[in-house]
Amino acid sequence: MKEKLTSLWQKLFGDSVRSFGVVSVIFLVSIAIAPAKNFFSEWRHYQHGYLSLIRNRSEANTLQRHFQGGIQQIWLPELGVVDRCTSCHVGLKEASLTDVATQPYRKHPVIPHNLDQFGCTTCHRGQGAATTVAEAHNSTLAWEQPILPARYVESSCGECHRGELRGTPQLNQGRTLLAREGCLHCHIVKLSDGSTMKPTDDPPSLSHVADKTTREWIFAWLKDPQAYASTSTMPNFKLSDDDARDISAFLIANSTPLPGDAVQLSAKATPDPAAGASLYGESFCASCHAVQNAAGNMVGGDVGPELTRVGNKVKPEWLQAWLRNPRTYDAETAMPHYRFNDAQVATLSGFLLGKSDSDFLANVHLEAATPEQIAHGKRLVSDYGCASCHEIAGIKKPENFAPELSRIGSKPVTQLIFLPGMQHTLPDYISGKIKNPRAFSPGLKMPQYSFTPAQIDALTTALLALNERSYSLPPSLAVAGRTETNYQPAGRAGKLMTDLACFSCHRISGHGGDMAPDLTWEGSSVQRDWLVQFFKNPGTLRPALIRRMPRFNLTDSEASELTDYIMTVYQNPTVDRDSMPLSGYSQGQIELGKQLFYGKYSCQGCHIVDTKTDKGYIGPTLTHVGSRLTAAWIYQWMKNPQSLRPGTAEPNRAMSDEDARALTAFLMSQKGGEKSSTPAKASGHKAHTEEVAKR
Amino acid sequence: MKAHIAFLLGFAMLGTACSRKSESGAPALKPAVYGAAIVESSGGKQFAQTGSLLPQPVVVQVNDAQGIAVPGALIEFTAASGVTFDPASALTDSSGQVTTNVSLGGMAGRYQISASTIDKSHKKVELKLEEIALGYQQTLGRRLNEQYCDRCHNSESTAERVSNYDNLEVKPHPFTEGDTLNKLTDADLTAIITNGGPALQKSALMPAWGNTLSKSDIQALIAYIRAVADPPSKNAGPIYARN
Repeated sequence: MKEKLTSLWQKLFGDSVRSFGVVSVIFLVSIAIAPAKNFFSEWRHYQHGYLSLIRNRSEANTLQRHFQGGIQQIWLPELGVVDRCTSCHVGLKEASLTDVATQPYRKHPVIPHNLDQFGCTTCHRGQGAATTVAEAHNSTLAWEQPILPARYVESSCGECHRGELRGTPQLNQGRTLLAREGCLHCHIVKLSDGSTMKPTDDPPSLSHVADKTTREWIFAWLKDPQAYASTSTMPNFKLSDDDARDISAFLIANSTPLPGDAVQLSAKATPDPAAGASLYGESFCASCHAVQNAAGNMVGGDVGPELTRVGNKVKPEWLQAWLRNPRTYDAETAMPHYRFNDAQVATLSGFLLGKSDSDFLANVHLEAATPEQIAHGKRLVSDYGCASCHEIAGIKKPENFAPELSRIGSKPVTQLIFLPGMQHTLPDYISGKIKNPRAFSPGLKMPQYSFTPAQIDALTTALLALNERSYSLPPSLAVAGRTETNYQPAGRAGKLMTDLACFSCHRISGHGGDMAPDLTWEGSSVQRDWLVQFFKNPGTLRPALIRRMPRFNLTDSEASELTDYIMTVYQNPTVDRDSMPLSGYSQGQIELGKQLFYGKYSCQGCHIVDTKTDKGYIGPTLTHVGSRLTAAWIYQWMKNPQSLRPGTAEPNRAMSDEDARALTAFLMSQKGGEKSSTPAKASGHKAHTEEVAKR
Repeated sequence: MKAHIAFLLGFAMLGTACSRKSESGAPALKPAVYGAAIVESSGGKQFAQTGSLLPQPVVVQVNDAQGIAVPGALIEFTAASGVTFDPASALTDSSGQVTTNVSLGGMAGRYQISASTIDKSHKKVELKLEEIALGYQQTLGRRLNEQYCDRCHNSESTAERVSNYDNLEVKPHPFTEGDTLNKLTDADLTAIITNGGPALQKSALMPAWGNTLSKSDIQALIAYIRAVADPPSKNAGPIYARN
């Protein structure tokens, strides 16, 4: 052995020439390693693949001209982007490659941004500077910045865009859920503009809860809120029977009666389903409240609580007091004060109390509470942070009850504790935590929510958008969302509007709901007489809508007070109500307008002027429009509807002044013949009420 | 040569990674019975955003030769990479059905998903369904459609969303009507949306949207129309199927 080695040594390094030669060869080979590695690199392989892909295409010459070999890089210092992704993803910007399905050669789908201005990792995450697939994408799952799965990619839009975006429904939904499912009561979310996300739900105060409901109901509710109402946003705290018993004992013992919170009506609650259902329909309760029908579908809105089993919950005397004036029990409620008379309160409460499920509380039997149980219940209420959401007399709202989520989207994976079998990525952690929070540790307080898989994805998307990058991106890129003002009308009319909860449905000067039309310019839009009449008896304006303005049973003085305020204050600076007359247009103009209406602009597709011939169902009915709207408003609306109501579905037709004037003349001539249209309107209204009742 | 070795190594590593994954999953299911045919119960032809869950689960059913549902048969779902099934395989329930939640891949386009079962002679019986993934542009188009177009162009009426279709003298084309709409070029569609029906000698009931919608809005709408057309439009992009 030794001899062999010696002879080999001799052969290689026997004399100086030989050793020089051998050392040179070794040297050359080692120098060649780096270029060889470069030559056989992945990106070069993909670029070769691309060239052979495009070779046989009809537009090969153009593609060839666009192609640049070598490592490509998008460098954007102000965004912190050094992206070499385009070294392999060569065809990203080639519009003609729509039929190519194989990666990395697909063209990038159309987005509103330019790749050269934003790079790739701004939206997709991953390691931009890397030049191998594994390193750029996600070779190890502990990688801090792996590629974001496609299902969460909208989260990246949310780093700059703070408001709703039309093209990102999932992000929008996630943000809405975050605000309305209670998350923000316990978790603080600060945004990069310094604001704090605010919850949009309004969990009820429990300080007087014994007026409203029984201990048995509270017990059943605590055990499983969704068993009472499947749409409930109250999560399940997975309480033991004893804990639920003690919390219910504490809440009842802690409750103080509120004066005026229970009325004894001389009229008994009449369980007349027909009258009750029709009053429920006429009052448009279903605009806000849902009831599950026999087929299991929810019918109605989600602004107020679901009423499927409300008869199991509320005490009759509380319900009657609530229907008479909800503001006695809850000054801030979104429910309007309807001004029902005693007979109506009795009818409606009878109807609602009939909505119950005889099995719901059948198995709940609670002994009288002991002082120990009450004390234990109080401790549990503090421990579970009930006061984060609910006002409870004697319990302070806890601060920093749950971890802040302002930067949850950049939480390092090394700081997370995963469940066995789980992928070690941040999105998996977040969605897993939302899906089943207690699985991560039995002692955790976060309750169980009943989100669908799609809702969990949406929430995860919204949470991933809350990251370091949203703070570090240049402020000039930030796009603010719609801001909610705290507009509050003044004086007696303002008080009346609060009492009627106008802002639950209508938006005025940037404050209020989206269910009904924005009233910011209402005073320029409508005629005074019409508005007074509308308050007293709101007719059907848009036949296709099922949510309508309810009748609040206003007195004459209330109706005129509100009207005066609206007519005076809610004026659009560009519409001078008095600049055009309400009537007296020439027959020629009216006739021309009519021709334009039915011909050139074919308005009858969406609107009805003549109930005999027109069928359009989408826009407001125009049979009475001449006694409803002002001429100046109609004229301006013809010229540019979106300038008066952004987002309205009416197309902007860019009408000439003459056309707009003629159409205004024609529409102002539609004053609604007293004989023909009033009964039609009334019967339409009735038919609708019946339809609601049936549903 | 070196590159090939590297690739082989890469594949081997990928292989081990995959096999690890399947080990941690559910144990392999053994069918108790075998069916003869597999049929769709619901869930085909749905739209979802790229990478997202289909709004409704896909439900398929195994039948025997007489067309009677077979409980306890094994169904396996497969599709192009990127598509996930939850569960990816299951035994049919008492009504002979399997329900699976499907997430589509990250590319906009049509995805072919296949559900298969094994018949008595151990031959594979397969059912192919198609689902549609909408990218950013198509999603934007879909929103615009809901806001401006759907009320007239979709004849389906619900209590929440009453259709205007029946009220129109000249019936608009539903956007799924591929037979008609595929024949129109992008330029035709752009013209009719921008300038209204009369631009192509069609009804004035179709108003001009050129002053309401931006150019990119109109492109997004066309992308949506192309994506949902049935039969599929040539411009809708590739079909992603299992390779």
